[in-house]
Order: sequence, then C-alpha cells, then structure tokens
Amino acid sequence: MTAIADRVGGSPNRVGGIGRVTGAQAYVADIRPTGVLEARLVTLEVAHARIISIDTTEAARVPGCRAILTADDLPQPMPRFGPQFTDRPVIATGETKYHGEPVALVVADTKDAAEEAAGRVAVEYEELPAVVTVAGALDPAAPLVQDPALRPDDPLAGSNVLREHRVGWGDVDAAAADLIVENRYFFPMVTQFAIEPHAFMAAPDGDGIRVWSSIQHPNWLQRVIAGVLRLPLSKVRVIAPDPGGGFGGKQHAKLEPLVAFAALRTGRPVRLVLTLEQTFQAVRRAACEVHVRTGFRSDATLVFQDIAADYLIGAYADIADRVVGKGSYPACGPYNVPAARILARSVLSHTTPSTAFRGFGYPQVNWGVESNLDEGARALGIDRLELRLRNLANKGDAFIPFDTPADGEWSQSVRKAAELIGWDTPLPEGHGRGIAVGIKSGPTTGLSYSTVRLLADGSVVVFAGTSDMGQGARTVLAQIAAQELGAPLDWVTVVMGDTAVVPYDQQTSASRSTVLMGNAVLGACRSIQAQLRAMAARLHDLDQSQITVDRGVVRLPDRELSVVEVLKPGLGRLGGELIGNGEARKEAEPGHPLGGAPAFFEFNCTAIEATVDEATGDVTLLKHVTVSDVGRSINPLQVRMQDEGAAIMGLGHTLMEHYIYDDAGRIRNLGAIDYRIPTSMDLPLEMVSGTIENADGPGPYGAKGMSEGALLCTAPAVAAAVREASGAVIRDLPLTPERVWRAIQERDATGQEA
Amino acid sequence: MTQLIPIEVTVNGRPRSFEVAAHHTLLEVLRDDLALTGTKECCLVGECGACTVRLNDQIVDSCLVLAVEADGGTITTVEGLAGADGQLAPIQQAFLDYGATQCGFCIPGQLMAADDLLRRLPSPTVEQIQEGLAGNLCRCAGYEQITEAVQAVAEGGVAPSRTRAADAAARAGGARAGARTNAEGLDQ
Repeated sequence: MTAIADRVGGSPNRVGGIGRVTGAQAYVADIRPTGVLEARLVTLEVAHARIISIDTTEAARVPGCRAILTADDLPQPMPRFGPQFTDRPVIATGETKYHGEPVALVVADTKDAAEEAAGRVAVEYEELPAVVTVAGALDPAAPLVQDPALRPDDPLAGSNVLREHRVGWGDVDAAAADLIVENRYFFPMVTQFAIEPHAFMAAPDGDGIRVWSSIQHPNWLQRVIAGVLRLPLSKVRVIAPDPGGGFGGKQHAKLEPLVAFAALRTGRPVRLVLTLEQTFQAVRRAACEVHVRTGFRSDATLVFQDIAADYLIGAYADIADRVVGKGSYPACGPYNVPAARILARSVLSHTTPSTAFRGFGYPQVNWGVESNLDEGARALGIDRLELRLRNLANKGDAFIPFDTPADGEWSQSVRKAAELIGWDTPLPEGHGRGIAVGIKSGPTTGLSYSTVRLLADGSVVVFAGTSDMGQGARTVLAQIAAQELGAPLDWVTVVMGDTAVVPYDQQTSASRSTVLMGNAVLGACRSIQAQLRAMAARLHDLDQSQITVDRGVVRLPDRELSVVEVLKPGLGRLGGELIGNGEARKEAEPGHPLGGAPAFFEFNCTAIEATVDEATGDVTLLKHVTVSDVGRSINPLQVRMQDEGAAIMGLGHTLMEHYIYDDAGRIRNLGAIDYRIPTSMDLPLEMVSGTIENADGPGPYGAKGMSEGALLCTAPAVAAAVREASGAVIRDLPLTPERVWRAIQERDATGQEA
Repeated sequence: MTQLIPIEVTVNGRPRSFEVAAHHTLLEVLRDDLALTGTKECCLVGECGACTVRLNDQIVDSCLVLAVEADGGTITTVEGLAGADGQLAPIQQAFLDYGATQCGFCIPGQLMAADDLLRRLPSPTVEQIQEGLAGNLCRCAGYEQITEAVQAVAEGGVAPSRTRAADAAARAGGARAGARTNAEGLDQ
C-alpha cells in the first residue's frame, strides 16, 4: 500500500492487523499451555446470601477433577484487593454480595469435567434481603452492603454510601435567576459487552507465577497478584495479549488472583474463560439518578447549576468511586457557570461491582445536565444552539476554578456540528433535531516509560506497556517511531503486554496513550536522535551543534544523510544498536480534588436529526454528526473509527441497553438475546465524524486524547431530537420504542408535552 | 461416560477423521480438538456471530451446531480464507485497507459472513451488506468500515466506498480526505 502515507498524519493499515484477519491473533482464550487445566466458577442464583456450608465431596469424585477452591482453601484472613479500597475478597467468604459472585472454583482436566464437578458442589445458604436501587440502598432500614470493619475510621462505613464528592464555587443559594428549571433524570446500568469475554490464566513459573489476562492495565495486575501472593514484583510476570475490546471493563483485576491461587495449588497452568453471561456479572457501568436545578437569566446566560447525582455502584468498590468523583467533577459541562454546587454519592448495592466504562461517569450526569439546558432554552424561547454558544467557555477560561483552563476553541466544534446537521435549515414536518456537548477530564496523573531500540539495519523495536484493545495504540506508536527515526512502518515492531519485558506503564485508560505513551516513545526516539548526532559528529569531525537530526534525516552543514548512513559506520564492525529511553509523567497535585488537573479535556459536540414512528415509538436517526476536538490526528482513519465507535456505543445506552434486576438482585437479562447492543441494522442512516485540529494538545505533534468524546452527549442529543420530532418527553434512559410510545400517549392524553 | 462418535469432515481443504463427544459443538471441536482458534467464542446462543464458519454451502453459528451434525461435511474457517501460499483473500485485504479491524475479536465471524454474502450477492447494496452482516456484533462498532470493505471487493466495486468515505470526510472538513498526502504538512 505505497499510496498510503505511513507516517504521522497518515492512515496506514493497522500494525498487527494481519493476524486479526487470518485468525492468527491469539487472545487469552486461544493460548493453551501444555497440561493446562480448565476452571469453572460455582455461583448462587441469589444476590445476597449467607453461606452456611459448601460440600465438595461429590464434586471431588468426578473423574478428572483436580482441585476445588473455596474460602476455606485460601489464606486467612482472606486476601482482598481493589484499586481504590482493599475490599474485594479473592472468593466470597461468609456471604455473597451480588448475583454471580463466585463461592468456589473447580479445576479439572477438561471443561466437561470442570462443568460437571461445578454442578456437584453443594452450597447451603440462607438468602438475605438485597438492595438493588438507590432508594433501597438509602433506606435507613436497608441491609448494609459494605463491611464496616474494613474502614473503621470512616464515618460513612456504617451506611450504604461509600463516599460523597462535593464540588462547588460561587454562592448558588444567593444567585438571582430569572428562570429555574429543575428535573430528575435516570441513566440505567449498562455493560461493556466486549465481544471477547474476560479470560484469565495462571501458571507456576519457577519460584514465581505467570498470569495471562485480557487486561488493560498489566502493571496494575502485577501489583495486585504480588500483593495477594506476597511475592516480589519481579516474580510475577503478567502476559496481557491484546484484549478483544476493553472499554474500561478490563482495567482492573477481577478473578486473576483466584486463578493464580488455583495454579499454585495444582502446580499446573489453570485457565478460566468466562461466559458472556458471567462477564455481565463481572463488569458494568454505574446507574445514576441525577437531580438538576439550573438557574438562567432571561438572556439564557447561566446563573447557577445545582446538581445532585446518586450513582448506584455495586457490592465492591473496584474503581467505581473514582468514576463517581471524576465523572461528576466537570458536571456543569464546558460552560462558564458563576455558581455551582455538585454533590455526587457512590451508593453501594448488592449488584455487580460497577467499574470504568468509556466516558468514566460523565455520560450519566451529562444526560441530565444537557437535557436540562434544553428545558431552559424551551422555557426562555431561545434557540438551543444559541444557548450553548452563549455560555460556552472560551479557550483559556478557568471554567472550573482551579482546574485546567479550557484547552480548545470549543465553539469551533459546536459551530461545525451545527453546520453539518444543517441547524439553520428548515426542519421537515415530523423531523426533530438535537445538539449537545460534553467534556471529559483526561488523565489527572500518569506515568509511562518506553524503550526504543534502533537496530543496526535501521529497523526499530518499540517497547510500550500500553494495551492495544482495538483503539490502535500499536499503530500510532509505530507511526511516531517511524516518523522520528526514518524507518518504514513495516520495519517497526511494537512489543507490548509482557511485564517481564516491557517497561512500566501506569495504565491504558482515560484516552491517555497517544498523549502519555506517545510522548514517552517520542522522548525515546529523541534520545536516539541525540546519539545519532553525536555519532555523526564523531564520524565527520564536526561539532554536534553543526548537526541536526530531524524525522530520520541527519543534516550536516554540507549535505543530508539518512539515519542508516550514519548508523552503520557509527556502530562499526561489532554492530550493536542504539537504545533510547523515554518517560512521560503527569505528577499528582495533592491539593486538587481529583489528585491532579487533567492533562487535557476531550470535547465533543453531537448533533442528531431523527424521526419517530408514532404508531410504534421506533426512532429513526436520519443523521448523526459528531465533532471532536482532537488537537491533531496522528492517524485520521483511526480517529474516525474511534469517534464513530463511541457514537454508536452511545446509541446503545441511549436507545436499547439496560440491565433488568429483580427484587432479589438477580439480573434477568443476562446475555446476548435479552440484552441488545447496536448491530449494523441500528446505525444512523448517515453518520458524519468530523474533527477540529488546532495542534493545541499536550501529546506528540499537538495531539489530544480522543475516543470517548462521541458518547459523552449522545443521549441528550438524541432525546432532544426525539422530543422535537414527536413531543415525547423522556427522562429515563434508554429511549426504547415502548417508552417513546408511552410518552406519545401521555402527550396526547394531556394535550401537551408532558 | 462421554460418548465418542467418529466423524469425517474436510476442514479448510484437509480431510480429517476423528472422534468427538456427542454433546460437543462444532465450535468446541474446532477450537479445542483441532486448535483452530481463529473461530471465536462469545455468546454461545447464536446471537453474536463471532463463531461463524462455513459448513457446506452455508454459514452457521458453530456454537449452535453439534460436531456430529457436521459429519461428512466441508467446513471453512477464517484460517481457510487465505490462499495456501498465505496470500490474503481480497475480503481480508479489504478489511485491512479500510480499517475494518479494531480489536479484531469479531472479525473472523464478520469475514465469514461477508464472504458468504458476496457469494450470494456479488454486488450488494449498502442496505444488503448491513442486513447480511446484522448477525455479527462488533462492539468497537466498526460497521461503517466493515461495510466499506465489503463494498470494495464487491463485483464491479472499484472501491466506491473509499470515495464515499473521503467525500464524507471532506464534507466534515475532517482530515481523512487529506490524510494520504499531508504527512509533510506537519513540518509547518
């Protein structure tokens, strides 16, 4: 494909793509060490239960059954782990707290034997009352989800509120508004639904252990395993093959510690591949009830925002409370708001522990906040686009006091989206339009190392601990190295996913990798360029100041040489290589409520045109426009893919996705039949993904992080279009045909919009 | 005890005779007994399409077919799409060229479904492509790129989609239309 530029700014074919189209790409479930044993979970058909006894006698008699692990087979006290609180036990001990929490792990020679033995584990238990809603959890008589003993000094430890997050500025109560609009919105539990179900494997490895996982953060997992097994980090080798989709659900450890104990117990490799149903029970997004009070002046200028958001998290904290704190922090949106009061609570429940999910807590609150702005515009008789433009922060504005100032010309994105949807053109009968914006705080801290090796023939090996879960990090990092060192892209190899080989990377999350790991790779390449300059100076008897190295070209005063023309004579007869190390660091800021101001904001504007079938409530999206401020597209095709992918994922939680729990805390729609995600038949009739590129980001060549932006404001934009098209007022997601139809009936019954 | 039943199948052009457990699905046998792990396991209820393979003259969700039902049959998996010399099939190359692969986990199934669609409808419309691939979930949601890739290899389809995508990007003012040529622009 010589026609395709393979450097920065081009869209070469995906690095590592060939294995993805031939079936050769090995995901965790495809790796089969000799002698590997198969594991199966034993779970209960209830959420909250006291475990009375577990009888494994019959199970152990199944031919091929090698081991059965229950709480009694693990060290006491039960090892616990978690990225925020050390609250999640390796296996349920004494009680289960959510539907699907494992009480035993069966390990056998074959899947069949494991399956049969798992079915013969007899668990005697007493079902206990479960809380599965915000109201239920906050009832003073509600059973306590958390174990207060784990956090003895915390005044909230005796409640079902894990933590409260308060942010504010100005005086909301004293603010004089001409109009106050107050509404309540609901965003349901949804799940990441990576097509690759989570898979884990572990094997004894000399005096240590090797763990394979479909995980986004191999270095975090290494730390967790070292902690529960009491091993030095150097004795824990985490192999993290490219995940088959992550979306946040694969950030943090789940069942890897349990599988590791099973491997040590049996002395054999043990693997556990979850079913899709079990993956639903392992990861999800927090539901959220958002109460929004917005004050406006008559000219639509914002006076205050008063936002209370109760996020329904699960039975263990995982990273959920960070999601709540960070997701709610920019709840007022990208606007200049003189007074704000934001209270967000992490409400525990007897449900699947919620965790990171694309957008990280912001889409929930933004559903309410952006929708409420539309209510204000309608009441004031002011155009919804105009209201947004009037209040939008300008670049450099401290729109959240003491935080990173607005880091983009955001109105450019809004105007472009408006133009692309034809905001100013006449609206055909029965059509509706919506426009909404969103911002997400990028990484608040970060640390990425990269080592780059320039080999003797000019080819390049990049070591980067980022996980390529589809976003294309491997390609982008290879493009940066190719650009800086002058190698063709197919001469660049990127090594990832092995903590014994690749230097430390904090995590693959918050759309950070192009910026942070990109800068680390860039730094490593620049170190090699400096070595090349010294080499050229020595070879040509020049002072280093007379030489520049730029994008693979070594410039001497009288001529230009390629990198290889310097490298080969410079390395000499013994050959060898040049090694560069790079580091990108975003230090914590202890005084900041989030522990640090974000490295950048992801800004997106989404605009929708839709029609509604009044007889069925079915919504047709005629056009879906998303415009993201990405700073600089290092790979424009991948930017488009991520942007469209986020937008379509946003359509999932907007139109169809939600968990259905029964009162006992069981998920009633586990799996792909009863939980629908967008297919190729659910796409907008026309989809347009645009970018704003002012090269004003902190990443290489001015890039910002992207790939979450386009789902931050999908729901309010779609709901606004539905309302304009049909008069249907809906404040609870998703906008299923039934809900839309009912809202239309209500409109007809009351003679006005509800 | 598990009942073993002998079967004979041709897999990716190679005749194979072996015994399978009566209750094992074709998916399990392909992955576990034949080590053809390109075919993926996800929903196990015939909804996601990740396990799509060709059995005789139609594609099937291999999680819903018992291996014994395939006895005597001819099976093609994703590993069998490329030529014996490793030369990628046009649909595989198009998936690469049009950015249709992201995380890649659904791609083997998408490829098998696309291959089947093109056998039945050599010049499908966009709507026919979307309908033909509706049984294959992609959570990365690369549906637009997958559609473009299928269009590109459709009979008489001289990459109309590339033009379409470039037009869309130009309308959006996005960088994609210029992406192939602006590598040097970064120096400014």
